[in-house]
Formats: sequence, structure tokens, C-alpha cells
Amino acid sequence: MHTDIALPENVDRGGPAQPLLLVEGLRKHFPIAKGLFGRGGGAVHAVDGVSFRVEKHEILGVVGESGCGKSTTARLLSHLIDPDDGQIIFDGEGVGDPDGITVRELRRNLQMVFQDSFASLNPRMTIEDSVAFGLKVQGVSEAKALAAARDMLDKVGLEHGRFGGRYPHEVSGGQRQRVNIARALAVNPRLVILDEAVSALDKSVQAQVLNLLLDLKAEFDLTYMFISHDLNVVQYISDRVMVMYLGQVVEIGPVDSLYGNARHPYTRALLSAVPSLEPGVRTAASPLVGDPPNPVNPPPGCRFRERCPHAEAVCAAAMPELAAVGDGHFAACHMADPSSGHSAAAPEMPS
Amino acid sequence: MSLSSLATAAPPVPTVPTAARGYWLGVARRTLRDPVTMTCLIILALITLAAILAPWVVPADPYKTSMIRRLAAVGTAGYPLGTDELGRDMIARLIYGGRLSLQLGILPVVFALVIGGSLGLLAGFVGGKTNTIIMRTLDVFYAFPSVLLAVAISGALGSGMGNSIIALTVVFVPQITRVAESVTTQVRKLDYVEAARMSGASAVTIIRVHVLSNVMGPIFVYATGLVSVSLILGSGLSFLGLGVKPPEPEWGLMLNTLRSAIYINPLVAALPGVMIFVTSMCFNLMADGIRSAMDVKG
Repeated sequence: MHTDIALPENVDRGGPAQPLLLVEGLRKHFPIAKGLFGRGGGAVHAVDGVSFRVEKHEILGVVGESGCGKSTTARLLSHLIDPDDGQIIFDGEGVGDPDGITVRELRRNLQMVFQDSFASLNPRMTIEDSVAFGLKVQGVSEAKALAAARDMLDKVGLEHGRFGGRYPHEVSGGQRQRVNIARALAVNPRLVILDEAVSALDKSVQAQVLNLLLDLKAEFDLTYMFISHDLNVVQYISDRVMVMYLGQVVEIGPVDSLYGNARHPYTRALLSAVPSLEPGVRTAASPLVGDPPNPVNPPPGCRFRERCPHAEAVCAAAMPELAAVGDGHFAACHMADPSSGHSAAAPEMPS
Repeated sequence: MSLSSLATAAPPVPTVPTAARGYWLGVARRTLRDPVTMTCLIILALITLAAILAPWVVPADPYKTSMIRRLAAVGTAGYPLGTDELGRDMIARLIYGGRLSLQLGILPVVFALVIGGSLGLLAGFVGGKTNTIIMRTLDVFYAFPSVLLAVAISGALGSGMGNSIIALTVVFVPQITRVAESVTTQVRKLDYVEAARMSGASAVTIIRVHVLSNVMGPIFVYATGLVSVSLILGSGLSFLGLGVKPPEPEWGLMLNTLRSAIYINPLVAALPGVMIFVTSMCFNLMADGIRSAMDVKG
């Protein structure tokens, strides 16, 4: 923890069994820009009834293609944008509830690291000032905030004597992302949302930053939500993985169970699209055809059915719910639900 | 071995930060190296200094008329730049004229910078309905050509220096607001502003610490370019009799009164125009120079 810096202590209020974050029915529809007078009508269903939980000290990976609502979910959790509907419970306390915690309190406990390391730092501020800013806002004195910022820079592998006084354009992309991590950790959060935090980095730098993240997690007892489109990285770092498609969770489960025995056709298509390093193992054709449907008017029933090779009448009729398919492993597919009436819905999945 | 353990294993380093080359230092250095910008800067400094120190540097009285020395040519003994249609010394009048003309050029822009800058920051940072109300209201002003608008407001308020400044301020507020709004909107969407919001900072703190430092540059450069427009419009108002009243020396007014002498002594009649031209060109070129000096990432 921070050496002698006066910061509110992070009390584990709910006990170890209480999930750090419980999200229930989170929804955000962006209304289509309407003119000054006319109404455009319709809304982009960016996040549509997302429910999940993040256990304490775990890393939850979130995957999905562009536009599936990963980043919107992250911004909703941190209340950078306000959700239309849904409940967020942080360590047993409802956010914004009368007897829960305020958004301001939540934000101190929850920090984000963004993909674009350059846009995430004020170009007119030195690195150490950027890291210290959050602490100053929290009411820590100028000198103490700066000392803590320098301390944190050292912890992310940037000697403060060499780097602290530099401006963001004077350091490399990997170093900038370390600064962003230091900035997020400086306010002593409990949950860090890494929104494509390593996606823009070179593979070698990516590995360094990932290892740094794992070290920091151990040192500060952190919990991560790791959003990425890189399935290999997610498999490497995550304890559990959540797959999103068009604003909904289609599958969630422990990393080995999900990568080894994916039950949703979309997850399987994603996994088979990962390029293999084995020269003998090559995917001949793209397993997934077509584009995701327009999020303005999502089709009724299962949102994946238009691209799904196993789609049947029931898929158009009803939206599949998340159903248990294994130990802590859930999939939202009619084929995983024996009572759905789907011809392939049997205890044994067709392979 | 992971990198953080490497870092903790490293020997302690002195806490003296490396000499950080600040952004503005770099801008100043690049400006100093630009001969065109520096020339303009020096010319403007000379004109401004002469105007401020006019009572001490001017050899003659700018109001003293002489019926026998009317429209003396450039180079006449005792009158290096000749005399005007009432026999007043041109050098004295040009230098004194700079006082009012520079005020007409700079003051409206300064006022518009304060008003328009605040409106633009507000519209850009808050966005949504506030943005729509502010920006669409100001769009009304764009319906009029700026010269016409200045003339109309001046005409309505009556002639005089103060009213000219008000009229010109009204002309420039929408333009500066638009620039301020667009750069603020860009900055507001950047991740570092989101990160600042994540840390719980209030809107005022975010604007003060993160937004202002990143939007002031472009707004200021734009405003510098407007000074030349203001100078020309202000002179135009005086020329039309809506600004400064005779016998006050002001470049636009001098241009007007010397108009009738254009066939008799064209060189003298053109002198106030030369001053307007040189001053506004210098402001324009200086704004261009500063803009390119600022337009560097890294």
C-alpha cells in the first residue's frame, strides 16, 4: 500500500464471498441524433440487459467484436455515461442508492486505463503532475500527492528522477501506458477496468505491461476487468471470460472451461478465428459470415441467429437466456437449454 | 523477471527531474528562429512603442494647422512626410493616430476573447442543449456580413470611439465563440478528460487544469489574426464617419479626409493606408508564424 500517504483505507466491507461488482440488467440505448425539430426515432441498443459479477481479486476478461458494447459497459460502470436502466452494486452497496455509495465514492474505488495512451494524458502536463492530479482532487496536499505520484511511477517501472518531469510526447507508447496505469492506481482503487489497455502496444511491450499488471495486482490486491479483442491475451491473463455480442452477454465462464468447451456458436466462431501458430493447423475459410445486425433495430429472438449455422424457428421466436452449462459456465443459446425445443438441444452438444 | 521487480532493485536515483523542455518554451524557440515572424514582431513593437510614447517622440503638434503649408510633399524641409489638407504634420499625426487605431484593433478583440472564449468553453464543455442554444443564437450574427454588422451597430449606437469598440466586439464574439467551441468539443472527448472525471474532479477543476491549457493556444492565435480585421473595420468605421471624430488623428479618418487630395499629393494621401496595411499584415503574419510554431507534436 502507499507508504505514509493519507488516503482513505480500502475496507473490504462485504467480506470475501461478496462479489466486488454485481451488475444487474444494465441497459443503455443511445437515441439516434434527431434534428432540431423532427424526431429521428429509434436508438442504438449499445448495452441491452447486461448482468454479470466480478469476484474479488479475479481478472474478468471481456471479449467481443467492435461495437458489441464492451467499452460502453465499462463507461457505464464508471458512470462516465449514465445508464438508462440497471443496478450496479459495488461490494454489497448499491451505487446511487440512499444507503449505498455515491458515484463519487465509486469512482475512487474504480479506475480505468484507456486504449489510446497518448489521448489519455494531458499533453501540457508533466507525467508526475498527471499521476498526482487524482490525489490532489481527493484533497491530498500538493507535496504529498507529488511524493505518492513519484512512488507510483517507480512501481510501474519508470524511475521518477528520469521520467517524472517529462511530457507525454517525450516517452514511448509502452512507457505512456505505464504512466496511465500509475495514474489509475495512484488513487488506490479496488477495481481497475483495462479498456483495450494493451491493444495498441507492440507484442513485446504488451507482454511487459501484462506482467506488470499481474505484479501490481498481487501487490495492491486489485481486481481487474480486462476488456480486449485479443483472445490470446485474454486467455493468458483472465480467470473468467465474458463474451459479448451486440450489447448482450452470450457466454460467461471460467477461462479453461470457456476456451476448451465453448457452448455458444458465436464463442466457437471467435475461437476458431484465432490465428494458429502451427503451420499445419490453418483455418481455410472464415467461420463467421456476414456482419452483426444493425444495433438500431436488433432482430427479435436470438441476436446471433442470422449468422448462426444452427439457427432454427425457436431462435427467431424467443431470446435465449443465460443457462448453466457447467460449473460457473453460462451460455445464452437455445442449444444449451434442453427445454428450449431446439433440435440440437440435448445434454450432449453436437461438435 | 518482471519489470517492476527490476525497478525496485535499481539503486535510488536523485529526485532532480530532467530539464523538461516545456511546450511553450519550444514554441518560443521556434518563433525566435522564424525571420518573418520576428520582423513583424519588431515592426509591431516599434509602432506600439511610438504610439505609447507619442508625446515624447513626436517633434511637432499633431493638431497645429497651417494654411500656407497645406499638402506639402513628402521630403519638404521640416516635414519629412509632408502635411495634410490642413497643413498638419503627417509624422505627428501618423504616430498619434496609432494610439487610437491600435486601440480600435486590439480592444475589441480582447473583449471578444473574454466573452466569446467563455461562451465557447461553456458550449463546448457542457454540450447538448446548452451548446445548441448558444451556437444557434450566435449563428444569427453570421447572417450579416461583418462590415455591415459593424456599420449597423455603430450607426445605431452613434459615432464615437467607445461605440465603435462595442460594435466591433459584437462582430467578433460569434467568431471567437465558434473557434473556442470547436476546440473545446475536441478536447472534451479525449480520454484524459474522461480520466480526470474518473478521479472525481469537478467540471470547474477539469476546465481549469485540463481544458484551458489545451484550448487557449488555438483561440489566441485566431484572435491575433482578428486584430488586423478589427483594425481595418475600425478604420473603415472612422472613414465612414461612424468612429473617431475629427480633428482626432486616426488612420482611417485621416484616409477619409485626405481622400480629396489624392490627385494633388497622392503619396501623402496614401500614408495612413500604408500604416493600416503594414500593421494588419504584421498581425496576420505573426498569427501565422505563431500558429506554425505551435503546430508541432513533440
